[in-house]
Amino acid sequence: MLDKADGHIFTGNVRLVHAVGMHARPAVKLTKLAKRFQAQISVRVAGAPEWINAKSVAKIMAMRAAHGSTIEIKASGSDAEAAVAALVNLIATDFPDEAS
Amino acid sequence: MQGSAAGLAYRGRTASIGFAHGPFVRVDVDTKDARVAGTLVEEALALRNAIDVASRQIADLAEMAGGEAAQILEFQVALLDDEDFLEAIFAAIGEGDAADVAWRSALDGQIADYDSAEDEYLKARSSDLADLRDRVINILRGGEGQAPKIPGGSVICADDLPPSRFLEIDWSAGGGLALLRGSPTSHVAMLARARGIPMVVQLGTIPDVGATALLDGEGATLELDPSAEQLRLFEARRESHRKSRASARAILRRPTASWRGERIRLLINIQSVDDLAHADAQYADGIGLMRTEFLLTDRGGLPDEEAQFGAYDAVLRWADRRPVTIRTFDAGGDKPVPGFTMDGEANPFLGVRGLRLCLARPEIFAVQLRALARAAVRGNLKVMFPMVTSADELEAGRKLFADIVQRLQAEGVAAMLPELGIMVEVPAAALAVATFKAAFFSIGSNDLAQYVLACDRSNGALAPLMDPLHPAVLELIARTAEHGRRAAVSVSLCGDMASDPRCLPALLNCGLRELSVNPSALAQIKQTIDRLSGGGGLG
Repeated sequence: MLDKADGHIFTGNVRLVHAVGMHARPAVKLTKLAKRFQAQISVRVAGAPEWINAKSVAKIMAMRAAHGSTIEIKASGSDAEAAVAALVNLIATDFPDEAS
Repeated sequence: MQGSAAGLAYRGRTASIGFAHGPFVRVDVDTKDARVAGTLVEEALALRNAIDVASRQIADLAEMAGGEAAQILEFQVALLDDEDFLEAIFAAIGEGDAADVAWRSALDGQIADYDSAEDEYLKARSSDLADLRDRVINILRGGEGQAPKIPGGSVICADDLPPSRFLEIDWSAGGGLALLRGSPTSHVAMLARARGIPMVVQLGTIPDVGATALLDGEGATLELDPSAEQLRLFEARRESHRKSRASARAILRRPTASWRGERIRLLINIQSVDDLAHADAQYADGIGLMRTEFLLTDRGGLPDEEAQFGAYDAVLRWADRRPVTIRTFDAGGDKPVPGFTMDGEANPFLGVRGLRLCLARPEIFAVQLRALARAAVRGNLKVMFPMVTSADELEAGRKLFADIVQRLQAEGVAAMLPELGIMVEVPAAALAVATFKAAFFSIGSNDLAQYVLACDRSNGALAPLMDPLHPAVLELIARTAEHGRRAAVSVSLCGDMASDPRCLPALLNCGLRELSVNPSALAQIKQTIDRLSGGGGLG
């Protein structure tokens, strides 16, 4: 579904520096931000077999990404490039309160 | 006089004695009955609407709360806005599930998943999910949302009240319970008696107004907005009740109860460590029944091994050398536990409950057995299984337990297999009592009577038929006691009959010499045995 011919697939990698890992507050911020984009966005903990919809808070929570793990992001669609950049920035800056 | 309840008195049936004078609070309770489901489309729309309403409610709450609380609530809003998550629920509705059933099962799945996590942060989120689950279900059932705050010491009036709601109410400042329907043999009545909360049931219709109320659990009356004269009479009754209790308590200090020269052992029923705080508890000969299903209803999901071990160990330490009989989880029937009991049973009293449920859910049962095996080395512990029908079930439970003890010992953990007994509450078990290789028997007269008499004990309309002194019930009690005497196995009775002075002559005549009663009834029962022994009446 992500390889749909709507242009490029953009990717990014970022280390999760949040002290307790991907928990409720960061997960809510991440999904809120992802939903601002048209693009289909998926994330996974580096090396995990499955990609996860970045717009589903239940699935992001279930991913159970731990502190210090690397998050891979990929997106396709009209604003995919901006989406990846925004999510990388959000995670790299440790989910600041004004980001969403 | 229209619209005023001043000075009016209503009479019901006694469910728990005691007196309460406080604010009158009406509680509208969502009944446990399932909704009537509509068509597939109606169900999908109903859920969509309930989700919208819940979303708005939570957003409002978040705005009021602000700060940290708002961020926590945001997670609930985000979940309600998660199309991936909702998709599976709507798919289940499309396949014929009712809206509330589909919603509950999805949320229960998530909760179980979070509860099983290693991570404390994730575990803590499961109570948010339980909150969200209940809010949406409440809306689906036409309820409001959150329960209103009830002032301490209130006389709470409801149509009927499920046990979970009773436990949610803060009774630390006293208060009382007045039910328009309800039954003295229901589970919530047992809870009220154990906590010493006065309760009157089957009050019928009473007006919706009234600021203060007097509830007399003994006279089974409710008086609204009482006059000075009513209040004076009420206080006089309360005082005379207090005096008669004081004289009964003097009897407690005497060492043992005896009847016709035979020692009668009087133990107590408890459901948590807190119940041991009752002033009379110290005079008991031990604990005849410690219920454990109340560990299950705490908001944080199923209790882990350490939490259970802590509770069992505290009770054993309190008891010192006295015996403590702990009953394994008796969930199901009128005690549903989300994530544990079976949903949608047509007849839960005859369903997968008690030991049946534990054997069907060995992963949950094993945690309890581990905690019990570890506690067994700490005191005089006996363990009994509830709702046992055949000897094979006892043996299956024993095998699970023995395996767990072996594993613990192999891990180097101090553990042992305690004495194992069964509740006699299924008529088949009473009739075939000799087939059970049990170290002891404890007669659960509430359920035994309900099954023998074919009367749902929570159905108030059957109260006149629900007579524990029916000869058929007494016959089964006598047979069980007789078997115990012949096989030299102890037999006790831990149902409400034991706490009811009117039942005592019959129980003693059936051959029972061991009774387990509510802590608040201990003094009165000991006093009654004393009188009976002296040839006196019930007084």
